[in-house]
Amino acid sequence: MCGIVGLFLKDAALEPQLGDMLTDMLITMTDRGPDSAGIAIYGDETTGNAKLTVQSNAPVVDLDKLDNDLRKRVKGKVSMDIKDTHAVLSLQADQVPAAREILSEIRPNLRVMSHGSTLEIYKEVGLPKDVANRFDIRQMSGTHGIGHTRMATESAVTTMGAHPFNTGIDQCLVHNGSLSNLNSLRRKLRRLGVHIETENDTEVGAAYLTWKMQTGSTLGEALTSSLDDLDGFFTFVVGTKDGFGVVRDPIACKPAVMAETDQYVAFGSEYRALVNLPGIDTAKVWEPEPATVYFWSHNAAPTAQEKAA
Amino acid sequence: MQTFDLEAQGLRALNSTLHAQADNSNQTHWEIVNPKGSHAIAVGLDAPIEVNIKGSTGYYCAGMNKQATVHVHGSVGPGTAENMMSGMVVVEGDASQYAGATGHGGTLVIKGNASSRCGISMKGIDIIVHGNIGHMSAFMAQSGNMVVCGDAGEALGDSLYEARLFVRGSVKSLGADCIEKEMRPEHITILEELLERGGCDAKASEFKRYGSARKLYNFNIDNAY
Repeated sequence: MCGIVGLFLKDAALEPQLGDMLTDMLITMTDRGPDSAGIAIYGDETTGNAKLTVQSNAPVVDLDKLDNDLRKRVKGKVSMDIKDTHAVLSLQADQVPAAREILSEIRPNLRVMSHGSTLEIYKEVGLPKDVANRFDIRQMSGTHGIGHTRMATESAVTTMGAHPFNTGIDQCLVHNGSLSNLNSLRRKLRRLGVHIETENDTEVGAAYLTWKMQTGSTLGEALTSSLDDLDGFFTFVVGTKDGFGVVRDPIACKPAVMAETDQYVAFGSEYRALVNLPGIDTAKVWEPEPATVYFWSHNAAPTAQEKAA
Repeated sequence: MQTFDLEAQGLRALNSTLHAQADNSNQTHWEIVNPKGSHAIAVGLDAPIEVNIKGSTGYYCAGMNKQATVHVHGSVGPGTAENMMSGMVVVEGDASQYAGATGHGGTLVIKGNASSRCGISMKGIDIIVHGNIGHMSAFMAQSGNMVVCGDAGEALGDSLYEARLFVRGSVKSLGADCIEKEMRPEHITILEELLERGGCDAKASEFKRYGSARKLYNFNIDNAY
């Protein structure tokens, strides 16, 4: 199983409630997967800055004075917002590659959950309600977000095995299903120099999409080629800085329901996740077609790149 | 009429109340409010009662139904009317995957579209869909009738036995051993009755009939790799 929820707001008036709405949706999906939970939120942006969301199993040690230590080394502005085991580091966007190298040196146990200008990813082992409480997700505002609750099938129940996965700057992926060609694909990607950390199948899917986009594909093209290159069952929901997308494998046995109104586009593994959204009774509700890439964007005039989806 | 608030009273109370209705119950009309996509609503009924569900449901609504009429005023999740034995299930909206799967009897009417695997392994149920059906529908269908007023997806009727499939629109592809068959007068008669029962605004003459070529009934060494 596994449960997925996604919410893309068209009406800016709902933005302060994004975290609250997404949390309720995710909690409703708890019985689809109680092992771990995670949420990706696309929030505020400061021009020229980037956010690195990092996690540690020993936050008291690893996060202590982390901003000071990093500031000294990158020689730039660094601010830090600690939330439980996670911390959001804000720094100059062009200093991120250097900062990541420095982090692996000064805090080798720290894991990077996400990198983006607006994206923050929070995920931990535990029930959705507990994970959401630890990170105060209900208080978060944003333009769109994705949540996942996991029932582990093929790899360990760990923080790093939880979803969403960060697939590139401001990009993330959640997955319901199981990939069956994960080992051969992981070997292939590792030979090509792609870093894959865990034994998790979704991480392979995320690494595949990252690699496709690094080698010239748009997100839409990468998702379309995943239909040929990934074997197994999947419903993917992906987030980008401006929007979110949905794709299901051709067999489409993993459930998916979508709803759209003038105020939002919402995704749920089941209709139950959507029932308390405003105006749901008059919303357009449908099941996304198999092997079809769907995409919504905040850009009034979508670029060709996004349109490719 | 009895009204039951599912959100307030809970699923177990609902189903045990409905199960307690005997053949001669005088509480024959039930209305369920606030279904909110819940699973397993009105499963395992076995009395000639009518249940109206005011909203959309989750998995397995009206599964294993006998005698009862279940009318969903919304859309339904996966596995609706699965393994129905008799009675009638009407869905005003769309149905998710494997609606009417393994059904032995009764009638399932879907007024919107049905998704993939509709009527998979059906064994005597009649399924009438006003809209389209998804891929792999009527896979291994053994008997009964499926009527589709719209289009059918890929691999319709793969490996089917003796179920009759009537499709008005296009068929994306036929599954293994499924072929178009001649529509004879007796089939027109059967279809007219089904269209009437399903409340469809369609003429029997507009449909094509599909069924088994019966080539997979016996083991054929040439089919082995």
